[in-house]
Amino acid sequence: MPQTLKACATLPHPMAPIMTPVTRFIRESEEVFTFDLAPEQVAPFMPGQFNMLYAFGVGEIPISISGDSHAPERLTHTIRAVGPVSAALGKLKAGDRVGLRGPFGVGWPIQEYKGFDVLLIAGGIGLAPLRPVIYWLLRHRAAYGRVGVLYGARTPDDLIFRAELEEWRRTPDFQLGVAVERAGPEWTGDVGYVTPLLSKLRFDPADTVAMICGPEVMFRATALALEDAGIADSRIFVSMERNMKCAIGHCGHCQFGPHFICKDGPVHPYDRVRNLLSYREL
Amino acid sequence: MKDIAELLRHHPFAEGLDEDTMALIAGCAKNVVRQPGDYFFREGAAADSFYLVRHGAVALEAFVPGRGTFTFLTIKAGEILGADWLIPPYRSSFDARAIELTRAISFDGKCLRDKCEADPRVGYEMMKRFIPPLLKRLQSARMQALGMYDAANA
Amino acid sequence: MAKADEAAAVITVEGLQDLLRAIRARGYRAIGPTLQNQAIVYDDIESIDDLPRGWTDEQDGGLYRLTRREDEALFGYSVGPQSWKKFLHEPRLRLWTAERRGEDTSVTPEAPPSDRLAFIGVRACEIRAIEIQDRVLVGDLYVDPHYKARREGALIVALNCGKAGGTCFCVSMHAGPRVKHGFDIALTELLDGTEHVFLVETGSDEGRAILEQIPHDLASSREVDAAEAVIAQTASSMGRQMRSDDLNELLMNNLEHPRWNEVATRCLTCANCTLVCPTCFCTSVEDASDLTGERAERWRRWDSCFTMDFSYIHGGSVRASTKSRYRQWMTHKLATWIDQFGSSGCVGCGRCITWCPVGIDITEEVCAIRGCDASAEESV
Ligand SMILES: Cc1cc2nc3c(=O)[nH]c(=O)nc-3n(C[C@H](O)[C@H](O)[C@H](O)COP(=O)(O)OP(=O)(O)OC[C@H]3O[C@@H](n4cnc5c(N)ncnc54)[C@H](O)[C@@H]3O)c2cc1C
Ligand code: SF4
Ligand code: SF4
Ligand code: FES
Repeated sequence: MPQTLKACATLPHPMAPIMTPVTRFIRESEEVFTFDLAPEQVAPFMPGQFNMLYAFGVGEIPISISGDSHAPERLTHTIRAVGPVSAALGKLKAGDRVGLRGPFGVGWPIQEYKGFDVLLIAGGIGLAPLRPVIYWLLRHRAAYGRVGVLYGARTPDDLIFRAELEEWRRTPDFQLGVAVERAGPEWTGDVGYVTPLLSKLRFDPADTVAMICGPEVMFRATALALEDAGIADSRIFVSMERNMKCAIGHCGHCQFGPHFICKDGPVHPYDRVRNLLSYREL
Repeated sequence: MKDIAELLRHHPFAEGLDEDTMALIAGCAKNVVRQPGDYFFREGAAADSFYLVRHGAVALEAFVPGRGTFTFLTIKAGEILGADWLIPPYRSSFDARAIELTRAISFDGKCLRDKCEADPRVGYEMMKRFIPPLLKRLQSARMQALGMYDAANA
Repeated sequence: MAKADEAAAVITVEGLQDLLRAIRARGYRAIGPTLQNQAIVYDDIESIDDLPRGWTDEQDGGLYRLTRREDEALFGYSVGPQSWKKFLHEPRLRLWTAERRGEDTSVTPEAPPSDRLAFIGVRACEIRAIEIQDRVLVGDLYVDPHYKARREGALIVALNCGKAGGTCFCVSMHAGPRVKHGFDIALTELLDGTEHVFLVETGSDEGRAILEQIPHDLASSREVDAAEAVIAQTASSMGRQMRSDDLNELLMNNLEHPRWNEVATRCLTCANCTLVCPTCFCTSVEDASDLTGERAERWRRWDSCFTMDFSYIHGGSVRASTKSRYRQWMTHKLATWIDQFGSSGCVGCGRCITWCPVGIDITEEVCAIRGCDASAEESV
């Protein structure tokens, strides 16, 4: 499968990270930061795949790759500081080293849907795992139909990739909708939840693939809205999150019914998980 | 200026409405324009009208002492603005400010209520058009209240 | 290791001693059942005198008791709390050590063990359990180097059970009691008033080579029949039964069955069942660093889906209720394992029943969800 590139499966010690230098560190917002790593051994990755990042002495967490899959020699990650490991990663600077394992998982099925209209819907930090798809689409623009990106965030201050959002807004044949939940008077964009913006996008539901990344409650609501708009649930893809300790199918933590989110996902077709999602605490 | 019924016909709110009802409710309507920064209504004031936005954008705002004004919803062309005129005491519960040059059809609330009261068929037609967008907004408001972009998946 | 492939041999009790000596002489560290803290525990053995000769066990839901046998059987008990998992998939393992010197940071993976272990007295259900863990830890895209090293170096001296434990149901899970494959040597203990011998089958070149080194006779047809009878007797005296052909559908179609709430009122989420289970493979990792912050380590340890942390994601645990954690355990063992790895995750060893402090019984819980009366449960 093209969207599963697992270079490190051949390593003798799949649980041992490789200490990798940070080459660039930028702050996106108060809580969110982005850094690039220059891997010793360049491994190809697909949009939607993730790495395990280790902060020295603190711990290791799954983080999606947020950069361009055409330039895997620069591994970009965008992280929201929420706890010990993510906060420790937020204190890094260029020249520091991060433990790296990956890439892992099954990414977005972007190659399988050439010729389709593509809708990307992101909530919060969920824009980061979708950014490689945007890069892919821009690079192979002619191979796809209409493109629409919707992005919801808490407030204008929480928006990430702001300069690029402006660029994408100006890009021809690229529909971008951004909605924040609340804003001060200086904000002239949309305020409200992200799903209602769907009605503003042009796409042909019969020939559309949709990819959603955000918290579970958000993607459940969004997937329903997409179905209402006529998109088949087998062409709606969601990226799921579960506790992960190994990313290689050995620790058992990421199980979701019969699925291991680390190796069968994180990206799943909605029709595969929708029934299971209806059970609480599965 | 275009006939008000004609403007009404082009708004999604009136989609599928029969000519008689269209003419009937047009009798309560007029065309309005607000400059950016102008208010459609203010919190606490009498809610005597409701609007069908034709062009532009309107921010629904609340003022929080110490934190300032913040917008919690924007309303765009094709949407409806104002619900407080429907139920007593007919008082607006927040500010609605044009953020762009905004054109809208304004309805006199009392006039419309009276017509619905007189002909329940008209009342039911109106209800079918008000409830769906209000319900959608309620659902969105619930997602926003849950702070869902930042929550964990649990 | 293959199926038993040739005429069986017979050895005496002294022959078993020779067998052990030959195995150790070939460089194996011999591990077998011993008597420790009122239980049968797998540990290093040097001679057959270390085996729990003349002991047996009584097992039931939440109950384990050792008692004396009338005879001098060396393997006259069923499985104890621990399985071979503790040697193959170690409870605690350092994965790597990292060192930082200025700009330079290096990670040194823990070398896989090079010792070769000989497991003495591995039951059919335990062989099945090892094969199930093989599938998880070395049979997928990623390979666990520590497990693989131990597993490849291991010699399996299997045992056809001469006694079914009070909580055994390997017959229902098609995992025993007869050892059919996956061994180097397989023993059946034969013991009547006059004779105490072991029927020996070999399943690999290594097993044959070892047998060649010790005195043995060709088994007579009477001895072969006697071994058959022992296995048949064990098979017909299982302590528990559970219909197992439809469990995936049964459980996954009943994820909201009221029984989950009921069992949650009894379950203490102590995780005993997952720790004693020979197939449970879940682990967590722990990071440590020294005071100077120059040296760090990562350890792996057994974990359990019964702990709250297991499913933690920022903000809370996905499985916060006891109900959801019990349901994860049972649906994983009996249902989703089949989708994930092509077989059930349960071999019917009964450990989870015996070692549950409140005696929760997986066969009974299945029965309740099936809506049957426990005593009417049919084995399939
Ligand atoms: C496939 C995948 C991709 C992800 N991509 C990104 C990304 O691009 N950017 C980003 O900011 N975050 C991402 N996350 C979430 C990120 O992994 C968690 O925020 C992080 O684990 C929190 O760890 P912590 O130590 O900072 O905080 P704590 O909340 O204290 O976490 C403690 C431990 O719990 C576990 N844990 C906590 N939250 C999560 C979680 N949401 N998912 C999985 N394990 C968790 C981890 O083992 C962590 O070490 C991703 C998660 C997954 C599963
Ligand atoms: S679930 Fe229970 S009976 Fe089945 S293998 Fe595990 S411990 Fe043995
Ligand atoms: S039952 Fe629980 S502890 Fe055992 S393998 Fe399954 S998830 Fe892991
Ligand atoms: S993260 Fe360990 S099994 Fe998926």
